[in-house]
Amino acid sequence: MRIAVCIKRVPDTETRVRIAADGVAMDENGVKFIVGPYDEYAVEEALQRRDKAGGGEVVAIALGPDAAQETIRSALAMGADRGVLLKADRIPADALAVAKALAAELRDGGYDLVLFGKMAVDDYHHAVGPMTAELLGLPCVTAVSKLELEGGKGTAEREIEGGMEVVEFALPAVLTAEKGLNTPRYPALKGIMAAKKKPIEVKPAALGETRVAVTALGLPAERKAGRILGEGAEVVPELVRLLRTEAKVL
Amino acid sequence: MAPRFEGVDFYDVGALLSEEERAVRDTVRGWVDDRLLPVINQHYLEGKFPLQLVPEMAELGFFGANLPEEYGCAGLNNVAYGLIMQELERGDSGVRSFASVQGALVMYPIHAFGTEEQRKRWLPKLAAGEVIGCFGLTEPDYGSNPGGMITTARKTKDGWVLNGAKMWITNGSTAKVAIVWAKTGALDDPSSIRGFIVPTDTPGFGARDQKGKLSLRASDTSELVLQDVKVGEDALLPGSQGLKSPLSCLTQARYGIAWGALGAAMGCYDEALRYAKQRVMFGKPVAAYQLQQLRLADMLSEITKAQLLVLQLGRLKDQGKATPQRVSLAKRNNVDVACEVAREARRLLGANGILIEYTAMRHLANLESVYTYEGTHDMHTLILGEEITGISAFE
Amino acid sequence: MANVLAVTEQRDGALRKTSREVVWAARQLADAMGGTVDALVMAASGVDAAGAKLGEVGADRVLVAEDASFAKYSPDGYAGTVAGVAKAGGYGAVLVAATAAGKDLAPRIAARLDAPLASDVTGVGIEGGKVAATRPVYAGKAIQQLRVDAPLAVVSLRPNAFAPGSAAKAGAVSKATAVAASRVTVREGKAAEQGRLDVAEASVVVSGGRGLKGPEHFALIEGLAKALGGAVGASRAVVDAGWRPHAEQVGQTGKTVSPQLYVAVGISGAIQHLAGMRTAKVIVAINKDKDAPIFQVADYGIVGDLFEILPRLTEEIAKARAG
Repeated sequence: MRIAVCIKRVPDTETRVRIAADGVAMDENGVKFIVGPYDEYAVEEALQRRDKAGGGEVVAIALGPDAAQETIRSALAMGADRGVLLKADRIPADALAVAKALAAELRDGGYDLVLFGKMAVDDYHHAVGPMTAELLGLPCVTAVSKLELEGGKGTAEREIEGGMEVVEFALPAVLTAEKGLNTPRYPALKGIMAAKKKPIEVKPAALGETRVAVTALGLPAERKAGRILGEGAEVVPELVRLLRTEAKVL
Repeated sequence: MAPRFEGVDFYDVGALLSEEERAVRDTVRGWVDDRLLPVINQHYLEGKFPLQLVPEMAELGFFGANLPEEYGCAGLNNVAYGLIMQELERGDSGVRSFASVQGALVMYPIHAFGTEEQRKRWLPKLAAGEVIGCFGLTEPDYGSNPGGMITTARKTKDGWVLNGAKMWITNGSTAKVAIVWAKTGALDDPSSIRGFIVPTDTPGFGARDQKGKLSLRASDTSELVLQDVKVGEDALLPGSQGLKSPLSCLTQARYGIAWGALGAAMGCYDEALRYAKQRVMFGKPVAAYQLQQLRLADMLSEITKAQLLVLQLGRLKDQGKATPQRVSLAKRNNVDVACEVAREARRLLGANGILIEYTAMRHLANLESVYTYEGTHDMHTLILGEEITGISAFE
Repeated sequence: MANVLAVTEQRDGALRKTSREVVWAARQLADAMGGTVDALVMAASGVDAAGAKLGEVGADRVLVAEDASFAKYSPDGYAGTVAGVAKAGGYGAVLVAATAAGKDLAPRIAARLDAPLASDVTGVGIEGGKVAATRPVYAGKAIQQLRVDAPLAVVSLRPNAFAPGSAAKAGAVSKATAVAASRVTVREGKAAEQGRLDVAEASVVVSGGRGLKGPEHFALIEGLAKALGGAVGASRAVVDAGWRPHAEQVGQTGKTVSPQLYVAVGISGAIQHLAGMRTAKVIVAINKDKDAPIFQVADYGIVGDLFEILPRLTEEIAKARAG
């Protein structure tokens, strides 16, 4: 089975965010970068599907700066077969531009399955996966928490407000992974060593015009200090009064 | 839920590591947070080694990680090996001890002193965790003085017969194979010491856990008894001869321990710092008090020094230049540092510091064993003293 | 001069609350652009009555596209329908609520229209003649200002971030063409309990943490949530412990919510949790530990035993709402 997994190099979720001098981006000094946590579910799923199918190829694709090769190598260390870096010094805030570059790479790849994480934990677009699917004219299911594949057809479960939805589709398809789809493996130490020998093709990202500009990045306003009203249940009436008259949320 | 460990790296030592070394560290770090820490307290209280974690550790390649790939090992360099020990011990010294024994004290001697056939027979299984091994050197009356051992190996028609007792043997009761060191010549002749691969189900071999430990509780520590244990010629590790053979194994283990102790120290410091920032006393966080800042500053200074020390030692080892004396310095320093950091961390945590929910006191107790085993602190002092002055002060 | 298309969302024939927020936001934007607001309703049948209500929040027209397959969210059908309407209409912006369905739909619309997307925004407006948006990033640790350099922008709005006002407009209903073609088939799913409000959409959330001491005690949280007409949320600790489903988890690895009122009960306030709820308008914390970090972000706090405080609070809330 030929599977492409699109992954993104993102700052570790524990990072304390500082604004760079240009006022539009995060200060990257000392920041640790990782494979997006949702992308890891996608990589794990790709590896399991390849192995279940008895063979094939898992290609890890990332769009980003040179340092994203390290991100791709993490996927190779988990077991992906080879990698592709679509090189771009800055990842655009324009998700559609990213999707176009990815679609250009994926179009002639002959992939049975294209997997993404449901969203990136830096910019939270939730967009590149389904956009890429649209550009490729492929069926797409997002935020998949359970997947079954059988003979060129798939059934995916996804969570929606008020319950669970079941979606059927035919391959080739694009899926984006939700937390809980599987349990991503740690890269085995042998895998880390093997990753060094697996090929990563580097080519410039076919990014056309980017039409979304970040005009500013700032820290959220500090919440005004609140107060502890007191101890115990006897303070409750006062709380309710304040919620009604002062906060006006009741 | 404990927050994920992000490391302690005041001098950006991480930047001195290669990408693979960082990746190795991160795999073990994540595994310890996800798989070991959630269960270690219970195992520690119950005095049971988490045997159920062995297959995962093996699958990820933790055992004999610096041995060659052809034997099923990860083929990592020594810095990466050290980082594995560092992260494992941040989890628990007892679990790191398991890995040290398996890798440095069982797999290493088979690789260094064994025949190709012995290597092929044992190493892949040990790497895969299918066979657990132990290292029988220390005896009830011969700890710091292993050359005085009285376990004997007498030549027979078909092989050897071993007699003796060993003590303080990690993994002893769970091991399927023991690397036993015994004198093949006169009892006053340490040059006759040789190593033997002894399957623990050989008649006459017995292992019994030592009870009542207040340290390394999540580790199996056993006595071994060998009564007319008969083994074939193929049990002898032909490359072993004299005390230097088991001591070279110890040097491997001590190298890993220098890293491991650092891991425990990092874990204790990190926990103490988080606590100090969160815990409020007299209207301000504990971290606002000068005496606590002094504790934290001292801890960080020692950890930083220890990190640089052990990294350089790893680079030297990869060049074949990690002499036993250089390893002694690192083991002695880093374990001593870790003991202090754990103790000061425990104190900073106040009353909460005596609870198992916090790692400091478990580390504190464990590190007392690490201070004593693999060459006590004092022994390493004399090893260094002899190296520096040229004069032995052992006796 | 450009118009705004507000894409509404319905479930079982009833328009969801977020639809009013989207139309309202569209109204603000259209006024800034000097245009009109068209609200688009996609449903199986029988939602014309919605027309009048959407006029109240600013819809000039209500376009209704009906198809049997539209009873549930149908990704390709909805995307195709919106794209069809948008291509015809001279719009400067297409607005969608960033609900679970909306997060799936908005990117598809954007790709079909070749229009850039600003997603999960908490503010939207016009600057220098272009659509500009505000959105939280890095799990709410930073706020991004975006500008869309294109004649048409697709924008998805974070639920609860745009409290609707009133703007009496005609809301005249007319038909729109439904595009039903789909590359996937949505089958009957498993519905959650009737009336269970989703934590990401409710304007009031009552969340419980380990202080509840056990799953059985969450009945207290449910009781308070019900009295407040809100949803139940949960900290990561209790979700990982299996007491509550992942769908209720609030925090960095769960949902990020911006309700009007967030009540944190027995939750210490770890950074990961705060990331998910710090943009709530009002935060109330109940915890027995006066040094718990949650009190540093709470507007109002009560220290004490939640097992005594919660029943009393539920009672007082019920009284306040009745009276």
